[in-house]
Parts: sequence; C-alpha cells; structure tokens
Amino acid sequence: MPNLKDLKIRIDSVKSTQKITSAMKMVAAAKLRKAQMSAESARPYAERMEAMVGALAKSFDGVQGAPELLAGNGKDEKHLIVLVSSDRGLCGGFNANIGRFARNKIAQLQQAGKSVKVLCLGRKGRDQVRRQFGETILETMEDLTKNGAQYSDADAIALRIRTMFEEGEIDVCTVVYNKFVSAITQEVTPLQVIPFQLDEVESNEEEENDELKALYEYEPSEEDILEELLPRNLSVQIFRAMLESFASEQGARMAAMDNATRNAGDMIDNLTLTYNRARQAAITSELIEIISGAEAL
Amino acid sequence: MTDTVQFELVSPAKLLLSEDVEMVVVPGGEGDFGVLPGHTPMLTTVRPGIIDIYENDKIAKRIFVEGGFAEVSGTRCAVLAEEAIALDELNRDHAEARLQKANDALQAADNDIAKKDAERELRAAEAMLAACGA
Repeated sequence: MPNLKDLKIRIDSVKSTQKITSAMKMVAAAKLRKAQMSAESARPYAERMEAMVGALAKSFDGVQGAPELLAGNGKDEKHLIVLVSSDRGLCGGFNANIGRFARNKIAQLQQAGKSVKVLCLGRKGRDQVRRQFGETILETMEDLTKNGAQYSDADAIALRIRTMFEEGEIDVCTVVYNKFVSAITQEVTPLQVIPFQLDEVESNEEEENDELKALYEYEPSEEDILEELLPRNLSVQIFRAMLESFASEQGARMAAMDNATRNAGDMIDNLTLTYNRARQAAITSELIEIISGAEAL
Repeated sequence: MTDTVQFELVSPAKLLLSEDVEMVVVPGGEGDFGVLPGHTPMLTTVRPGIIDIYENDKIAKRIFVEGGFAEVSGTRCAVLAEEAIALDELNRDHAEARLQKANDALQAADNDIAKKDAERELRAAEAMLAACGA
C-alpha cells in the first residue's frame, strides 16, 4: 500500500501535466484556425494556376518538345523525396506516419535499383529517416513553419529543386506531406511535382477547361507561357504542401493533446480513489487501535 | 451585357482584391493591355509594373505587381501575382535595398537557373523603383 504522501505527490504531478496538455491543446486549436485560414486563402491562386497549367498542358499532351518540367526528362533513375514534417513533436502519429511512409518508399525505390535523395522540411521527419537511410538525406530545413508557412520559403525550395533537375541530379521529384482532411484526420499523401501531374482538383473542372481552352488566346505563345508558368507552379505546389502539412500538424497536436488531457483526467480519478481508500484504511486502523486500547483497560 | 469587369488580384497567400471595375489596364508581357467588358478570353504573362483600375474614366487605384499571369474572359480579369503593393504604399528605400539585393544575387548566381531567377528579381526591383517615381 503506497503511503498517503506519495499518492498526494503523484496526483499533483499528474494534475500539472494535465494543465500543460490542455494548454497545448488550446494553443494548437488557435493555431489550427489560423493555419486553416491561410490554407483557405491560398486556394484561389493555386486553383487558378492549376486551371491554367491544366489548359495549357492538355495542348502538349503527347507532343514532342514539351517543357521538361512537364513531361520529365525521359528518365526514372534518380528520385528526390521532399519530406514535409514538423519541427516539434507531441502531435500523435503525425511524424511517425509520414516517416514510415517515406522509409517504405525509399526502400522500395532502392530495391528497384533507383537512387534516392531526401530533402527534409522539418526536424522530426529527418529523425524518422536518419536511422535507416541517413546517407540519403541531402539537407534538413528547420523553422520553416515558425510563423506559418511562407511563400518565399517555398519559392527558395522550388528554385533549389529546379536547379537540381536542370543539372540532371534528379529525374523525378515527389513531395510527401500530410494532407489536411479534417481537424482530426490527416492523410499521408505523395505528390509528384516533377514531371508535373495534373491532379483530381483539376479534373473536376474539366468541362469548364475544355470550354475555356478552345476560347483562349495566348500571348505570347503557349510554350512561352508554360515555360514561365511551370516554375511558379512548382513553388505553389510546395507552398500548398507546406500549408496543408502545417494545418495537419496543428490538428494532430490538438487531437493528441485532447487525448492526453483526458487520460490524465482518468489517471487523476484513479489515483484519487486509491488515495481516499488509503486514507480511510488509515483512519479505520487508527480507530481499531484506539478502541482495542480502550478495551484493554 | 454588364458594364463592369470583375477584377481579381490574387497572390499565393491570399485573394488580395476582388471588385467590379469599369476598366483595368494590366502590364502584359507583350505590352500593356486594357480590359473592358467583353474582352476576348486570353491567357498572358504579366511583367513587373503598375495595374491601373479605372472608374468614371479616371484612375481610381494604382497597384504595383511584380510579374505573374493574367487570365481574361469576357466578364472577368484575374491577375496572379506573387506580390502586389498599392502604389502609395511603395517605399523608395525598400525598392533600392531590393535592387541592391537583386544585384548581389545576380553576382553570386553560379548556375543558369539561379541567374534567371536573379534577373527576374532584378527586373522586378527596377520596375518597383520606377513605380516609386510614378
């Protein structure tokens, strides 16, 4: 039977842990709102751009001489994985999930005889990959999401990826990030950015696009616009992945901290029960002692 | 037919402006173009420069953009710009510092892509400085 003082100390310590986790939950909730808003407000630009690229890309479908960013350079040997994770932990399975996905993917690609490089955005993702595939990590960028995702950062990363692509260091580039589904669910999503793939958002507007495509005039030529558009589009894709990942991180943290707070509550209840029992037992045994002492007289 | 165009100015971070205007003049890659209702649908690049929004045959708003793309349809004109600043909020010191930085970046650029990027930045900074005087 643990003594009363020990129990009291445990209860107090769990209580203070609970205070911390519930505070973290509130902070995450507030940040989530902000992150969701910025993801929301980034949408018009991304959607417009996607529609434009979509309309233009269609006219290059299967045509020789399409820009390499769109069509790829015909090889599939050197892969770059951009791993978007968080800098901080305590957000449930957020980083573990994305880390597991990345490790599987790396192993798969390596087994197929491809070379793989990893660019980590966020410290925790690096920690996940480092143990097994430390030699594949090119660089880790930290503190990208300190004040929410910044477009200028995404642009710098995109520039770097483009440079590597142009110099033939990579053939295919995939961004792996946690897609924001709802405040409590995230989905690990691989997004291939080089060569560019039209994704489902675009296909929803297919009809509209077909209509538009027939009507549009291009100035200067389609090739020139596409040439300008594709690098920007890469930046936008990366920016979007960063925004989604940041929102997901806050959502995951909120859920994790909500759980932790609840668990701490359960623990406090249990400990309090044990504490009360112990106290009652102590009182009872004291009473017995007094009574039997009195009887003995 | 309506007598206004829905003008939208969008940056990667958010929708900056969305309003109905009589006419808007955009600095296109191939020269300035004005958009009135019923304009031919068009996709074009935008060079760094000033967008003029007209109301009652007068310029109501002038906005500096640092390049991007424009999508025009009969009733809508959407400009995608990486950065846009209202002209009266432009700051000459800031523009000069930026020009300096762009120059440095161009000097430091050691490959084609970085160079291209730096040149683009340089053009944007130059246009910004020019816009300060406008």
